[in-house]
Amino acid sequence: MELALSPEDAAFRDEVRAFIAENYPAEMRVPNPETDLTKEQSLLWHRILHKKGWIAPLWPKEYGGPGWSITRRFIFEQETSRAGTLPPLAFSVTMVGPVIYTFGNEAQKKKFLPRILSGEDWWCQGYSEPGSGSDLATVRTKAVREGDHYIVNGHKTWTTLAQHADWIFCLVRTDPNAKPQSGISFLLIDMKSPGVTVRPIITIDGSHEVNDVFLENVRVPVENLIGEENKGWTYAKFLLGNERTSMAGIGRSTRYINKLKQIVKAEIPSDDPAHLDFVREIAHVELDVLALEATELRVVAQMARGIDPGPAASLFKIRGTEIFQKITELTHRAIGNSGLALREQPVSANHFMPGPEYGHTAAEKYLNSRKLSIYGGSNEIQRNIIAKAVLGL
Amino acid sequence: MDIQFTEEQELLRSSIQRLLRDQYDFEARRKIVADEQGFSRKQWEAFSELGLLAAPFTEDAGGLGGGPLSTMIIAHEFGRHLVVEPFVETVVLAGGLIEQLGTVEQKRSFIHDIIDGKKIWTLAWTEKGGRFDLANVATTARREGEDYVLSGEKTAVIAAPWADYFIVSARTSGNRRDHGGVSLFVVDRRAAGVDLKSFKTIDARRAAEISMRNVRGQLLGNEGEGVAVLEACRDRAIGALCAEAVGAMGELNSATLEYSKTRKQFGVTIGSFQVLQHRMVDMFIAHQEALSLMQHLNLSISGGEAGLSRLASGAKTKIGYAARFVADQAVQLHGGMGMTDELNVGHYFKRISSINIQFGDPAFHVLRYARLDAAA
Repeated sequence: MELALSPEDAAFRDEVRAFIAENYPAEMRVPNPETDLTKEQSLLWHRILHKKGWIAPLWPKEYGGPGWSITRRFIFEQETSRAGTLPPLAFSVTMVGPVIYTFGNEAQKKKFLPRILSGEDWWCQGYSEPGSGSDLATVRTKAVREGDHYIVNGHKTWTTLAQHADWIFCLVRTDPNAKPQSGISFLLIDMKSPGVTVRPIITIDGSHEVNDVFLENVRVPVENLIGEENKGWTYAKFLLGNERTSMAGIGRSTRYINKLKQIVKAEIPSDDPAHLDFVREIAHVELDVLALEATELRVVAQMARGIDPGPAASLFKIRGTEIFQKITELTHRAIGNSGLALREQPVSANHFMPGPEYGHTAAEKYLNSRKLSIYGGSNEIQRNIIAKAVLGL
Repeated sequence: MDIQFTEEQELLRSSIQRLLRDQYDFEARRKIVADEQGFSRKQWEAFSELGLLAAPFTEDAGGLGGGPLSTMIIAHEFGRHLVVEPFVETVVLAGGLIEQLGTVEQKRSFIHDIIDGKKIWTLAWTEKGGRFDLANVATTARREGEDYVLSGEKTAVIAAPWADYFIVSARTSGNRRDHGGVSLFVVDRRAAGVDLKSFKTIDARRAAEISMRNVRGQLLGNEGEGVAVLEACRDRAIGALCAEAVGAMGELNSATLEYSKTRKQFGVTIGSFQVLQHRMVDMFIAHQEALSLMQHLNLSISGGEAGLSRLASGAKTKIGYAARFVADQAVQLHGGMGMTDELNVGHYFKRISSINIQFGDPAFHVLRYARLDAAA
């Protein structure tokens, strides 16, 4: 399914397609880019996009965005995800960047935005805490003003790729006596500050993606506060809205469905009754993608006409994650007995994996994708949002 | 239909529970799977001393005569503790086949060593491209004097890296996918021409690709009857695997319930949210039904009832989906914690994922269930 494109937009689409084909680094085409690349390798594409001026489609032109229409942004998103390129680090480009240019002061914009665009700074997100998952407003990490510094103490968790990060943006409590939402501030913390400790959390797929981040008497200059003290919740919500926008993942799901079809073709002879079973299951999930894609296109068309999409992001998040979980499950099932094997981490050529290469990451992706219905606001929370904000319940 | 356990069965269950509680908690298991071998010889000996490796065998064969119900009791407790040692592979699969098919001499020596915990066995039937079809055998065996000589490859054989002996299915006549013409052989893992490529499984066990080039093996049972024999063997294996899955489900449900009563968000325990209450009620129902089917199946195996294969496939399907549902929801309700290697919840999830592949996934078995009805 395609948007009805003007000749100019169609030419833009072709340009994007050609640029990816010519410039996407071959060394980033590994079995599982999310786990198999070093920090430097994963930044290669980021730097190429930066050089081209395409690294931050969402950003206004004055801060380094390409100045695209909503339609072009969508085309770019669609083409890059269909081609399976590794998206630039969302915490930097999609999350903290817009917060800084929307709510930050001039000095902060000048200091941080160019380094986000160039990939020089790697950001991670200090939101969740052991006691504050879905209920983010209860964050307990404390920041106490002492002269021109805040002294920060607390424990952040599920911090994605904090092991690579130069900076962390944190929700901290600056007024312990106010109502939960009103006493929170948005603080930028240098990961090299004394008192910052990162501890890996290994997940069920064996990978090291998330971390605990401990903050002990970390001194943070007051100039690193975004906007006003105790107004952090407003900025946090703004950011979460951005986090959920591209979660429909149509391009990725389509790519994985195509791969699944190849696997089924190779693994299961057409006279095996399981073949028909898979054909039917794949058709169902393709229809799920089609319906979601049509919904996404409808929302994009509305946005292009200036209509606020409201909590459409919650719908995308729920359906996009459920669909991808289903695809990874089917892929794991399709490889049959080889699905018993799980790649050892860290990945090394010395570890033997049975079966054809197309199945080597099936188990880990199946396991890893269980997180999708939990993170970024669990799917239960997303349903609450729709119930309240759309249905008025 | 609820099983009223005999005094002996209760004793068996409580003694396993005691042993596993004392020696096989989650931290002990973590050490075992992190070990280079990936399993504990010491635990295996402890299982032997407790009589677990003797329990299902008949008294004639030197066992305790507990039959499939003792297997169910053991596998259920092993499922609760995520035991990695190859009880099903050695005792239920290989032991069951030797007891059924072996000559007096084979039974005497092989079963004796299994019961004593001296030898580990596994069954090698899966082949590349064969998926879950027992008859899809390309490995060949040709007669050479008293012995046979085997050549071919087996894939994803669980416990193979630990095993001293394999029971291997190989073709003595016919074509790939023919029901007839498959025979079973005992192969010494150390025999010339045997090559293993080992890997870790999704549930932290060990498996291997086995390649055999002109390997000597001794025939087990009659030539050409392998597939029929393996079908019955698979039914028994399903009885044990379902018991493991149900054990794991029970643990997931208690852990999730406990967590929902202590984890607070928005000022209340998450167990107070109706949407999660209903989810946990469905998890409870799934466990209850699975438990019932597990007992029903194992009683039928015990009684050698007709229509057993259909019931086994039915149970593998229903319990497979139920376990999958419970595992999914247990991870979901634990939130990020459910995704961690540190907590046991994810490990039960992985155990259930592994069980769902072994001997055919639920999608395979629901078709087999349907077809066996059409045949009747």
